[in-house]
Amino acid sequence: MIKTRYWLTLLLLAAILAGCASFSASSQAQDAGRLVIYSGRSESLVAPIIEQFSQASGIKVEVRYGNTSELAATLLEEGKNSPADVFYAQDPGGLGAVANAGLLAELPNETLDKVESRFRSAQGLWVGISGRARVVVYNTQLLKAEDLPADLFGFTEPRWKGKIGWAPTNASFQAMVTAMRQMWGEEKTRQWLVGILANQPVVYDGNTAVVAAVGSGEIEVGFVNHYYLYRFLREQGNSFPARNHFMNNGGPDSLVMVSGIGRLATSKNEENALKFINFLLSPVAQQYFAGQTYEYPLVAGVQTEADLPPLESLNSAGITVDQLADLEGTLNLLRETGVLP
Amino acid sequence: MYLPAALVALAMSLPLLYLVVRASAAGRSAWNWLLRAQTLQIMGQSVGLALAVMLAALILGVLLAWLVSRTDLPGRSIWSALLPLPLVIPSYVGAYLFVSFFAPRGLLQNLLEGWLGIERLPSVYGFWGAWLVLTLMTYPYIFLAARAVFSRGDRSQEEAARSLGCSPLETFWRVTLPQLRPALAASSLLVGLYVLRDFGAVSILRFTTFTRAIYLQYQSSIDRSAAALLSLVLILVTVGFLIAEQRIRRSAAENPHTAVHPAEVIRLGGWQVAALGVVFLILLFGLIFPTGVLFYWLIRGLLAGERIANWLGPLLGSVSSAGLAAMVTVVFAFPVSVLSVRRSNWLSQILERWSYIGYAVPGIVVALALVFFGANFVPGLYQTLFMLLFAYVILFLPQAMGSIQSSLRMVQRSLEEAAASLGENPLRVFQRVTLPLITPGVASAAAVVFLTTMKELPATLLLAPTGFSTLATQVWGAVSEAYFARAAAPALILILASSISMFLINHHATLSGSSQRQ
Repeated sequence: MIKTRYWLTLLLLAAILAGCASFSASSQAQDAGRLVIYSGRSESLVAPIIEQFSQASGIKVEVRYGNTSELAATLLEEGKNSPADVFYAQDPGGLGAVANAGLLAELPNETLDKVESRFRSAQGLWVGISGRARVVVYNTQLLKAEDLPADLFGFTEPRWKGKIGWAPTNASFQAMVTAMRQMWGEEKTRQWLVGILANQPVVYDGNTAVVAAVGSGEIEVGFVNHYYLYRFLREQGNSFPARNHFMNNGGPDSLVMVSGIGRLATSKNEENALKFINFLLSPVAQQYFAGQTYEYPLVAGVQTEADLPPLESLNSAGITVDQLADLEGTLNLLRETGVLP
Repeated sequence: MYLPAALVALAMSLPLLYLVVRASAAGRSAWNWLLRAQTLQIMGQSVGLALAVMLAALILGVLLAWLVSRTDLPGRSIWSALLPLPLVIPSYVGAYLFVSFFAPRGLLQNLLEGWLGIERLPSVYGFWGAWLVLTLMTYPYIFLAARAVFSRGDRSQEEAARSLGCSPLETFWRVTLPQLRPALAASSLLVGLYVLRDFGAVSILRFTTFTRAIYLQYQSSIDRSAAALLSLVLILVTVGFLIAEQRIRRSAAENPHTAVHPAEVIRLGGWQVAALGVVFLILLFGLIFPTGVLFYWLIRGLLAGERIANWLGPLLGSVSSAGLAAMVTVVFAFPVSVLSVRRSNWLSQILERWSYIGYAVPGIVVALALVFFGANFVPGLYQTLFMLLFAYVILFLPQAMGSIQSSLRMVQRSLEEAAASLGENPLRVFQRVTLPLITPGVASAAAVVFLTTMKELPATLLLAPTGFSTLATQVWGAVSEAYFARAAAPALILILASSISMFLINHHATLSGSSQRQ
């Protein structure tokens, strides 16, 4: 009994010491000041570039990683007491919710002007950092690129029954449907949704799962963002039997979406926040997104990764991020048609 | 005793208060969604899945606990430490691993295509997939609770039954099971609520439950009011489960005893092979396949030039936060548990049931409630270790309570009274008589909280000190972005660290058990 109590005490002490060691590291401030980032982009994507910023600027950076919508909800709950300086989001939806609550401060024009006006908020409350295109990913053993229809509406044909995968809970998918409503109109979008449903699409939890299923041949095609494929190619080599097909028809199925960043109005480290945002729009960081995450750089003059068609060459949907704001209408349509529960 | 218990219950009210505040702002579209006929169907699916998983986990958990604690199964202590481990795999990751292996064209099909030319396996998605995965992830709750009773249960009654001519099965049914009943009721309640509030497994296995609907509200429109309204409805359903559990528990006879003579080990004889087969099968599905997929990812990634990221920091983060959470939660669980067992009246019952609120709603809801209260009312504590531990206590208190209560119920009061009559004060009586007797129950309470904290995501992400990371957050961050190789290393370390902890806890429980007997 005495022996076990001794062990327990020792364990307890070890746990407390370990705890202190790992927590105290975050509580010291340095001369260049600090910066608190809420990042809806995952650690594996952005930690290296944030580390690079911290090294170069001497600013002590603290990052809270999470899911974009959960962090947006957190910012809404925190209100003016938020410790965050910037919110770096995976998609415009999360930024829009925070901006609508009046929690974001306007960004200076010289920062905003670094990207095309369709890739930033009209009120200048946030700016796009990197882009991703909607594509059709297809299994190269089962299909050739020529087999694919000219636009997404072609997939409502019976030939595709049981062969399609999609992820209707995914924010990018929902943005694409919003773009459809803008460009095709409500009725045609509804017809498309009903038509795809009639083809019994396989529903996945996210883009990753869709690409994996296309690669394994569980399905033949999937509607996803372009960059997930490259992570599979990197881990599994070029023999991974799936490739992207860019629709290139200027319609909603050629939508380019962005990740973006905004500065909190309550930020106490305004200067550092702007430094970070400008750093993400610098050639170094833009090159990082192009090379490491296979996303599209949004700043002119930065090279896209070799095996990706450059952004300028894409006949992408000419739609601004603000036109994608009516998510509520899209969700209602998705629920009415039974795409979402 | 009432004061600390009331304080604990007060802390538990925070999420409820938050939900009422938020839900009151819910708009018409939220109400419309709620009042559709389809919503009833979704709720039915939730409850049906919860009941099915409870039944399966109950059978599996009791059987396995009996095998490792009462029979001459070879390698009992190893199985005893390994069998709770599926509890440590986050359900999101577990389901993903399961799908990677068993999908129509997953790894298993790949292997089979080579040998047998099978091109497609039947679908694993939907109700049965979710049922299987959630059963494998939750049977450890039953296993740990039943094992605590078996290792301390009153064998003299069983032996009496046997000597009076009862068959082993009859003895189990008429003597052992009634002893187990309170512990099983409490732990199957945990299983049921786990399924009701799970999001990860059901979304990957494509089975729409009510919690999935709540998550979709946050994910898509960041509509906190609608999500709060739905969460309140989920709490109402939980109340049904709570009442049912209390009925079952109340009708169980109190079974105190002195119970300290070593049991006769049941010889399995020819059944040994079958028993080993069952244990192996469960470990195969619950542990070996998932770990196998992780190793496959790791090796494939390493061959492709991936490097293993620094895992020491996340490991420290995981072990220290889970260790502290286990201790703090057990301490907080005592007042309410002691009160509800020893002073059973309406007030103590309400206090006890009230403590389940944090466990009745999805983790993200509790996390956001604490974000709201923390940031706005105690900014000094917000996003500190204290806040995080507080969140863990709210989330996991019921997990610790069940075990402690059922072991308390088995302590004969006359022993305590004897000690008191010999002049010991109540605290000393507790320390010298009660605590040693309930140690296995406390150990299993700590084990459950430890393992579930190791995999906790929403509260850790939102409430931990900024920059704090755990193995679970690392795994989640990597898998969600399709970086499988990067997910594999922290996931394997998570499982390894948990198994070592299980060995330590088991070791401690057996040690104190044996020193008791001498």
